[in-house]
Amino acid sequence: MAKRLERLDRGIKVRSDDIFALNSWREMLYIIAPRVLPVLLLLVVGVWASTYWQRVIMQVCMIGLLAISWDLLAAVGMVSLGQALFFGIGAYIAGVLNHYLGMSPWLTIPLATVGGAAVCTFLLLPVLRLRGIYFSMVTLILPLMIERIIEATKVFGGTEGLSGIESLPQGMTELIAAMVVVWIALFSFTRMMNSDYGLILKGINDNDRAVMSAGLNIYYYKAQALFLSSGVAAFAGAFITHAYQFVGMPVFALDYSILPIAAAAVGGMGTLAGPLLGCFILVPMNELLRGLGGMRTVIYALLLVVFTVGLPEGIFHYIKRKYTQFERWVEVDS
Amino acid sequence: MLQGVLIYGFVNSVMLVLVAMGFNLTFGISGVANFAYGALYIMAGFTCWGLLNSLGLPYWLAAALSVAATALLAGLLFRFVLLRVRGLVISEVIATFGVGLAILELFRYFGFIGFEYTLPVWLDASFDVGETVVDAQRLLIVAVGALLTLFLWVFTRYTRTGRAFRGIAQDERTALTLGINADMVSAYAVAFGAGYAALAALVILPLGTIAVNEGYDVLVNALAVCIVGGLGSTVGVIVAGFLIGFAQVFTASYGETHWMMIVSLAALLIILLIKPSGLFGKQKELEERI
Repeated sequence: MAKRLERLDRGIKVRSDDIFALNSWREMLYIIAPRVLPVLLLLVVGVWASTYWQRVIMQVCMIGLLAISWDLLAAVGMVSLGQALFFGIGAYIAGVLNHYLGMSPWLTIPLATVGGAAVCTFLLLPVLRLRGIYFSMVTLILPLMIERIIEATKVFGGTEGLSGIESLPQGMTELIAAMVVVWIALFSFTRMMNSDYGLILKGINDNDRAVMSAGLNIYYYKAQALFLSSGVAAFAGAFITHAYQFVGMPVFALDYSILPIAAAAVGGMGTLAGPLLGCFILVPMNELLRGLGGMRTVIYALLLVVFTVGLPEGIFHYIKRKYTQFERWVEVDS
Repeated sequence: MLQGVLIYGFVNSVMLVLVAMGFNLTFGISGVANFAYGALYIMAGFTCWGLLNSLGLPYWLAAALSVAATALLAGLLFRFVLLRVRGLVISEVIATFGVGLAILELFRYFGFIGFEYTLPVWLDASFDVGETVVDAQRLLIVAVGALLTLFLWVFTRYTRTGRAFRGIAQDERTALTLGINADMVSAYAVAFGAGYAALAALVILPLGTIAVNEGYDVLVNALAVCIVGGLGSTVGVIVAGFLIGFAQVFTASYGETHWMMIVSLAALLIILLIKPSGLFGKQKELEERI
């Protein structure tokens, strides 16, 4: 007898992803636990970890921000192969403001976030009209080119970069700040994507012509999405700059472009939480495999291919399905 | 000075056309943007180097084998990776990009960096053209470039496979109803493009060393030329190759060498601002949503 796997939504989930009918504390817990537990878990792990691993967690948070920003862009149909562009511009703005003007990190980071977002949006404004691979190609090329321009003009320290940048308060402050920002970004963007505004953004990805015929200016919305996304990534760049007290050409390196994509591929694209989950897997793995050197990039690249081709939904979608749906085998008439 | 610039500009242009042709061919026919292109280019160079220096094969055999190996690898890449994500543009791009990155970084990891990694020139001679010295290899590049372009033209018009290429490029479903196996032909197209990359590598790489970073530059150059020319248009590639090629050499001669790569970006941005479908890209206008 042939069987098939039937999936049914749990009764608690009424209509969409953010409307629930809650009847008991147990159901309340069912909704809240998957959101609160990771936050608490990360906090506990962060507090108990050694100084070295605290740094790693901080790094996870920042790469996580990059991945969230990548996923946000991808959800609007703009697949970026050069997240390093946003990251690097944020990093350089923070570095330059601090190095030449001596501004404190509490001022440079917000400035770099907004300024970086503005610069990136302005840079990519002409290519917003492009879709699919055309956009990807441009984003792939831009960070490589900026690297060359810095090398050629020797501006901002040239190949040496700027060192001696003021650090953030060491230890817990830095770590907690990183965590807070990551969770704020995750939850607010998830909420945004579930709102009507997010629906428009998703619509642009699914069928931009339909959105246009609804009388909406898709380029205006794309520019907004780009601004939000690049702002988040620029924040990560600025934060890392102050944490490492250095900014230089490596901030435009391919690593910062490939890591968010790999994280999204592993974690599950289009969920925002998925790419973050991917970061929590990939970045610590990155640290554990430090001895392998350049081999790590190869491993990422291969993971990327394996997950894209073999398990396109990613880990997060899988977990979410198990959590929100019953599964049972039913017999089918053959 | 000017004469030299013109000659070297011409050679550089042919090099760009050579490099971009394979990428353009693959994209124009199967719609696959092969981001592993630069990696395949470099791989062909290293394969040839390995066959020459480790196995001691004669040059012609090593060259033929490396071209065949590169084409075969690209065909397998299509069959086992790309076929599963066919039509999902994002996944195609990410998968080819991942493969390319893996190949290049693998070479870097195993220490394929240094001046000893060079391919032999075919003819070690140089000629005086007026007051400019041009070596034979550069002339050879021009000859090979012309030959390959001619071959492509003849191939896509007078052979069965070539016409199948054009068939699926125009309309895959209609081609299917006429008995053309679209997946098979697409695999050929990807392999063919990689073969062109390998040939380009074999004639261009003897001018310098085989460097891993070159792989990224090749990809960037190929992308720039293809976008400026209009993706999928062979005439466009030739015109854009010459435009960017001359612009690069002029910048290098009258400005700074560092700016050479930046010319590609500038050309790219300008064309995207004015005519995003490229100089000769007409049929793809709808897909680009310009």
